[in-house]
Amino acid sequence: MRIIFIQVFMLEVQQLAVNYRGVCGLDRISFRIEPGQLVGIVGPNGAGKSTMLKAMLGLIPAVGGKVSYCTCPLHQQLERVAYVPQRSQIDWDYPITVWNVVMMARTRQLGWFRRPGRAAQEIVKAALERVEMLPLKGRRIGELSGGQQQRVFLARALAQQADLFLFDEPFTGVDKKTEAMMLEVFAELRSHGKILLVSSHDWGQMLNQLDRLLLLNQRLIADGSPQFVMTPEHLHQAYGVPMQAPFHAEEPTFFC
Amino acid sequence: MLNLLIEPLNYEFMRNAIAIGILTGILCPVVGSYLIVQRMALLGDVIAHCVLPGLSISFFLGVDILIGAFASGITGALIIAWIRSQSRVKVDAAMALTFSSFFALGVVLITVLRNKIDLDSFLFGDILGVTTTDIYRTLIIALLILCAIRIFYKELLFYTFDQMGAKALGLPVDTIYFGFMAVITLTIIASMQAVGVILVISLLVGPALTAYLLVKELHHMMLLGAVIGAIASIIGVYISYYNNLPSGPAIVLVSSTLFLVAFLFSPTQGVLTRPNPNGSIERVLRHLGLARPTKM
Repeated sequence: MRIIFIQVFMLEVQQLAVNYRGVCGLDRISFRIEPGQLVGIVGPNGAGKSTMLKAMLGLIPAVGGKVSYCTCPLHQQLERVAYVPQRSQIDWDYPITVWNVVMMARTRQLGWFRRPGRAAQEIVKAALERVEMLPLKGRRIGELSGGQQQRVFLARALAQQADLFLFDEPFTGVDKKTEAMMLEVFAELRSHGKILLVSSHDWGQMLNQLDRLLLLNQRLIADGSPQFVMTPEHLHQAYGVPMQAPFHAEEPTFFC
Repeated sequence: MLNLLIEPLNYEFMRNAIAIGILTGILCPVVGSYLIVQRMALLGDVIAHCVLPGLSISFFLGVDILIGAFASGITGALIIAWIRSQSRVKVDAAMALTFSSFFALGVVLITVLRNKIDLDSFLFGDILGVTTTDIYRTLIIALLILCAIRIFYKELLFYTFDQMGAKALGLPVDTIYFGFMAVITLTIIASMQAVGVILVISLLVGPALTAYLLVKELHHMMLLGAVIGAIASIIGVYISYYNNLPSGPAIVLVSSTLFLVAFLFSPTQGVLTRPNPNGSIERVLRHLGLARPTKM
């Protein structure tokens, strides 16, 4: 019974490939993720981490491949996906308050022509409370610190009540407190059977929190437990230079 | 004093001028707010120039100028989007090339088709020559656009704030983009009579930008911008009446003056008044050195 359940709610990426004006961005990537998994993506700059997340959602055109969730194409059920873009994609001077950023999450569920009611407000409030940002709900987003801004976007993802969460470099420019809170929320979502796919160029000690790691550089170099992936051979293939794996190194953090 | 304000209203042309001034003064900042937050302010200017060929053709064919101007403005906007998506050409260069070409085509067409278009009033507006028909046209366009923005506000907010996020959520971003182009073009056509195509950009951007410095939410920016825009129009028309100045430029200069006041004295963001008051003179000097737009 459990096996059937897992297979039905699986995220499956098959042979996903992207070309960007003649340059190969992604080379036929395939993997599957079961519900309740926290999966990290790692790779050098320009390895295609963001490209892969975007191509999965159809934000950029793929030249080939299939992405399905629950056996249907993912792009037909985007309301079940919460996507948090990279910080650099957002204009932080936009005139909008914390509350209204999180309320955006309800846009699809409310549907056209309808304005947020009581239920939507409760959901937004709960999401802001979870990331400890409710007291700042009236602030303009530009007045917040980097960590606080990232927490607002985490709240927006939560308020969407999605089944699948894609985070693009969520740890960039955030403080330790926010980092810890994000990992906590990730663990909670995982325990509720959600699928999480998180990219970061620098996982450091957070590698231990992951169920699985995908090592990417245009193609999928390794896929498995962090211990299995972060071997010197794999890293050499991904980064091109001999590197020590973080699990054997004396220096605890890992940069690329 | 009161007499100074009431006396011009005895003339029908002044009543019409003020009516259309208020309408465009409200409509332009609402639409312009979207241009500002998307860093597309210059697109307003571009579309304004792009309507000229359509204007000339519709004069020649004897159809309503609304149709020709709309088609031609939209075409210009779409060509820019197309060039941008199909090559490495950046948006500013694509804009510069497209709008100058359209404008040149328009001027040539006016000569070739022997239109009786008064290029001067097209460029700089002719608010004192406004007819009742013009007012109704502007009123209908304004009501349509304002209703559409009200209805689709939450989708538009998401789209303009986080385009990738909006697409990831499955919002029809291409349709929204096309809708925007249509709205901008219609707004420009509705405002052409008041300030002309060269200066319409000022009404689109000026009052909304003034409001941007004073509030922290998009819908507040639109509401306050509309109030500022209407006030600028009214003051501009009176100044033009009493000092015998061209009305379009008068409106624009009032609007820009209001911006300058907000820029210097906004409680939160004013150059002279924002919190952290030490050394405001040095700050002004520093800002004069840095007062260059850094983002496009």
